[in-house]
Amino acid sequence: MTHLTGIAASDGIAIAKAYRFVQPDLTFSQTQVQDIEAEQQRLTAALTKAGQELVAIQQQTLEKFSAEEAAIFEAHLLVVNDPELIGPINQKIADEAVNAEFALHEVSSMFVTLFESMDDEYMSARASDIKDVTNRILAHLLGVHIPNPSNISDQVIIVANDLTPSETAQLDRNFVLGFITDIGGRTSHSAIMARSLEIPAVVGTGAATTSIQDGDLLIVDGLSGQVLVNPTADVIAAYHEKAQNFHTQQVEWSTLVNEQTMSKDGVHVELAANIGSPSDLDGVLRHGAEGIGLYRTEFLYMGRENLPSEDEQFTAYKTVIEGMKGKPVVIRTLDIGGDKHLPYLPLQEEMNPFLGHRAIRLCLDQPELFRTQLRALLRASVYGNLKIMFPMIATIQEFRDAKAILIEEQEKLVATGVAVSADIEIGMMVEIPATAVMAGIFAKEVDFFSIGTNDLIQYTMAADRMNEKVSYLYQPYNPAILRLIQMVIHAAHQEQKWVGMCGEMAGDELAVPLLLGLGLDEFSMSATSILKTRSLLKHLSVKDMQALAAEALQLATAEEVIEKVKQAVK
Amino acid sequence: MKTQQFTVIDPLGIHARPASQLVAKATPFTSAIEVRTEEKAANLKSILGVMGLALKQGSQFTLYVEGEDEEQAFEALATLLTEMGLAQ
Repeated sequence: MTHLTGIAASDGIAIAKAYRFVQPDLTFSQTQVQDIEAEQQRLTAALTKAGQELVAIQQQTLEKFSAEEAAIFEAHLLVVNDPELIGPINQKIADEAVNAEFALHEVSSMFVTLFESMDDEYMSARASDIKDVTNRILAHLLGVHIPNPSNISDQVIIVANDLTPSETAQLDRNFVLGFITDIGGRTSHSAIMARSLEIPAVVGTGAATTSIQDGDLLIVDGLSGQVLVNPTADVIAAYHEKAQNFHTQQVEWSTLVNEQTMSKDGVHVELAANIGSPSDLDGVLRHGAEGIGLYRTEFLYMGRENLPSEDEQFTAYKTVIEGMKGKPVVIRTLDIGGDKHLPYLPLQEEMNPFLGHRAIRLCLDQPELFRTQLRALLRASVYGNLKIMFPMIATIQEFRDAKAILIEEQEKLVATGVAVSADIEIGMMVEIPATAVMAGIFAKEVDFFSIGTNDLIQYTMAADRMNEKVSYLYQPYNPAILRLIQMVIHAAHQEQKWVGMCGEMAGDELAVPLLLGLGLDEFSMSATSILKTRSLLKHLSVKDMQALAAEALQLATAEEVIEKVKQAVK
Repeated sequence: MKTQQFTVIDPLGIHARPASQLVAKATPFTSAIEVRTEEKAANLKSILGVMGLALKQGSQFTLYVEGEDEEQAFEALATLLTEMGLAQ
């Protein structure tokens, strides 16, 4: 049994045989041939095999999909038999005594160029059909195998380097139980596809295609990011049970989609989702989020060559706000710098980027960048329930400055007749210990706080969370962190303001009991954790958790806190 | 030799689907079958050739058929062109 680890990209567990969906190496070199007739026969044989293969694929496609999808292979078959293709290739082999691979490539390239140059979009797209057919013939000449997913007739787990949209389109969903890829992350196409098909996926394993053979028995654990190759009978049995439990849990959780989040003793808290783009909205609604607690707008700015325009941003914000149909949507203004850079926004190299020129510091320094985003947000505010929050606030002056710019843009828009919602809440992230300590002062001026635990922990413990040597100091359950959280919640409630949390901790099953006890109002997490947390909260009473939290605050170490929580919620 | 002029009437022009059908129909005949426009000519037994002409709605072309079975071939192809609503 071997073992691969990757990124858990889609929940669930699948056990099935491997199907390698890997494109073969089709490189070749130009060679001179002695026996021209033999070379031409080699071509004929390859054409015949490619033709037979296409007939089979066409037939399978017709059975499993539709006549429309099969028609493309009908056209491919005609190309394989096309006298204007075969004639010139044979001619070239004869005239130049070159190998069939080279002659095929030369002739088909001519057609590809011809079609690509057509000003008709439909015709230029046909160039890719010609390339497809050429590759199929080439594969037969080279004696390599092109995978044909339409002949999958058994349940399989797809193993690929990465999956493109056109490749996933060829997969019969009835037979595909999971994905494993070499590259990619949670937002790559294969991961998104797996989540929308609701099948487990582990991506970014690095070595799936090199270490897994066709027909190997695989276990994909999309909950932990583990892949087991040819597991023992004991392991298979254990995973069957795990899969069964997961299924039972899914069924239980799915009954909670439209339920309000309620503690055992009837206290309502809000479970919201963290998102990075409007395309995440679908999952947010499917998992029954009661709002969006964090929309990270920096993804709008990343992976591109220039700044997103005001209109482009407006469209994205409007889509999210409108899509949530009146439920709260907390949008965080640009948090760039630190570990996130933009190619078109040159920033100085820094010794300590996480302590440097980032987030609100950068926005206050480059007000035009900031104002564009604020205008887009304000214009989108009329489509629902928008709340705006500023990241990395350290001093009350920064909050006042940022808010003043926001109000200024709002007044300018209103003066020019643009509709802006009159009751947008304005809040801030609490991720710098100074703001947690001073929360009582901030609470008088903000409408809400959202605690960003990832940064709060790294700043409180003075431990870089990217540095493995000090990763032991990343301690969410350290009483120091709990005390800071307690201070923020207490100060906010004194001023009748609400407090949310949008870091990893908010969806952590050991942290949730403590946070409930500390009085957190809103828990924002990845959409897939919402139902699990809603189910957990149903079994916790606020009264008991208050007592637990009070005890935890008096403990000395993170380990003691963890032990205490485990005992209490067992 | 049999010839006749046609005008493409299908709004999509002669795209992959009908081109495939024309080629499939033409291939079994022994006659030489060509489609000619003012600038280009193509073998009607070649899908790449026919598609390469990029015939659009309103394009004019002439069908040329020459050989032993030219009568049947011409009849079959002219019928197919009009039946499919491709050209007239």
